[in-house]
Amino acid sequence: MAYDRFNLLNSSAVPLPIENIDTDQIIPARFLKATERIGFGNNLFRDWRFDSKNKPKKNFVLNNNTYSGKILVGGKNFGSGSSREHAAWAIYDYGFRCVVSSFFADIFRNNCLNIGVLPVQVSPKFLEIIFNEIYKKPKTKIKVDLRKQVIGIIDRQVFESFEINEYKKENMLNGYDDIDYLMNIKSSIEKFAKNRPL
Amino acid sequence: MNKTLFDKVWDSHVVHNINNGPDVLFIDRHMVHEVTSPVAFLGLKNRKAKVLFPEKTFATADHNTPTKNQHLPIKDPLSANQLKALEENSKLHGISYWGLGHKKNGIVHVIGPEYGITQPGATIVCGDSHTSTHGAFGAIAFGIGTSEVEMVLSTQCIMQPKPKKMRINIDGKLNKGVTPKDVALFIISKLSTSGATGYFVEYSGNVFTEMSMEGRMTVCNLSIEMGARGGMIAPDKKTFDYLKNREFSPKGENWKKTMKYWLTLKSDKNAIFDKEINFDGNKIEPMITYGTNPGMGMSITNGIPKTINQNSGTKTYHKALEYMNFNEGESMLGKKIDFVFLGSCTNGRIEDFRAFTEIIKGKKKAPNVTAWLVPGSHKVEQAIKDEGLLATLEDAGFELREPGCSACLAMNDDKIPAGKYAVSTSNRNFEGRQGPGSRTLLASPLVAAAAAITGTVTDPRTLY
Repeated sequence: MAYDRFNLLNSSAVPLPIENIDTDQIIPARFLKATERIGFGNNLFRDWRFDSKNKPKKNFVLNNNTYSGKILVGGKNFGSGSSREHAAWAIYDYGFRCVVSSFFADIFRNNCLNIGVLPVQVSPKFLEIIFNEIYKKPKTKIKVDLRKQVIGIIDRQVFESFEINEYKKENMLNGYDDIDYLMNIKSSIEKFAKNRPL
Repeated sequence: MNKTLFDKVWDSHVVHNINNGPDVLFIDRHMVHEVTSPVAFLGLKNRKAKVLFPEKTFATADHNTPTKNQHLPIKDPLSANQLKALEENSKLHGISYWGLGHKKNGIVHVIGPEYGITQPGATIVCGDSHTSTHGAFGAIAFGIGTSEVEMVLSTQCIMQPKPKKMRINIDGKLNKGVTPKDVALFIISKLSTSGATGYFVEYSGNVFTEMSMEGRMTVCNLSIEMGARGGMIAPDKKTFDYLKNREFSPKGENWKKTMKYWLTLKSDKNAIFDKEINFDGNKIEPMITYGTNPGMGMSITNGIPKTINQNSGTKTYHKALEYMNFNEGESMLGKKIDFVFLGSCTNGRIEDFRAFTEIIKGKKKAPNVTAWLVPGSHKVEQAIKDEGLLATLEDAGFELREPGCSACLAMNDDKIPAGKYAVSTSNRNFEGRQGPGSRTLLASPLVAAAAAITGTVTDPRTLY
């Protein structure tokens, strides 16, 4: 088993209604020097979270006790830019298990799925509803049901379904990863390689 | 037949297709650098796995390396440790490693083509989003995460659903002062940073066929900045001439045999794309960015667009302008700048240094400007010297640094200080990308040269 299983999440959420949040904001390049996957959560959103003297910036949402939870809700086109998986690691290491947005950048979405963070893409309208509800009731519970592929605000009884391909869904439900799969078909890969000219 | 170039290359690499799931895609060439690989090697160790085909992986050090005094020990212990890890991992697994000090060292996406590792019809991946660069040769090339680096090391495959296909066609004659970088920034400004997400792009039209290989690499490099998985251009005589006699290119009979295959690599006449977009090449002007993502670009003579015309939300738009300390409607021309950065996998090739030198020739660097000129590789560095560009640059008050990614992502000491403005030929103007608090204006080598001479944002067409 390569990572935690993901089945049902019932948690309050942290709102970050900014569009085009790139992976340089999620974790700046100067914090990518480690050779192990340890401690990246400390530098999640580093330059939005701390000033140049490393003092927490009061107006940033991660420094505001009002908001907490295992779900991060971001604006459209979340995770654009660099392919650094460190961005997904930082989100996971900080304690998030799910990122909700109305649109994700491709590589970031893949990286999340590969480490057990669930990216949930909702309609722009539903995203707006979630943001509004969190601002009204910061501790409101959001339910993410992977098996049923449904996300909803429990108090409001509003729900929306989301997409994920069957293969990745099974992986996340069981905590399997792609390498497990690939290792199992290694002999057919080796056979395939023999016929490649390059 | 109605297959696209992308279909032809992708389909021929599918080892296995999973119903309602991704394809298992075979990878021909894997490039590795020090930042996104150590955890993958660690994963390999934990699984007690080996590298399946070490000869298909190539390692170099570029992201985290100094661009001065590369012969001395690296001061930052974390950076030194990361380089040491790659060297040791490469040695352990029998992977060729062109580390710091090696004559073939350079930015991963510059050296791949230089040594003929990059080839038409190949699948090429690297733990770096600008792997799209290699698409210039008619390869399918894209960036992957570290989990996928581990997959390629251990099984030479990744698992991804086949993306949709987009064709961007540009015909026409490019105006004076308009470079491949401007063409790319123009496209991104029209499509936004998410306009091609979910797609793989093929560039077509005479603007691209007439472009040099260096120019095509610049365009394909920036495909990721509009969200595309990658971008590619059908190989032609220019591609083959570029590759002939490179170290890893096929030789002799094998060259002829491979060429037969390469000549089939183009989209069929009736190829079906999920989306087709056309632009008029005559209408492109030298570009510059004014905001905090590569989609926030405009013709250098325009005013900064009004908030009301933005679809990214007024809050996000204001945040970007506030960060840059710019106002809507303002002209960029004449704005004072502090730094100029020429280099990166986007614009760190010989053609970029030729363009830069053409503008600064016989002039002097503005005293208020700090200029960092960083070649993409030792090969580029050598060509700069051989072609006499170095002497011209030095006469104008510039100095040449040693190869690496440098200020593009500021992992090393090449950091733009907080609040300062840099005209950069690199690929990203994100907040703090070039150093905490830095403000980046993305532009071509010509615009960078004009800024270096005048100390302000200047239309290069006024200088030559």
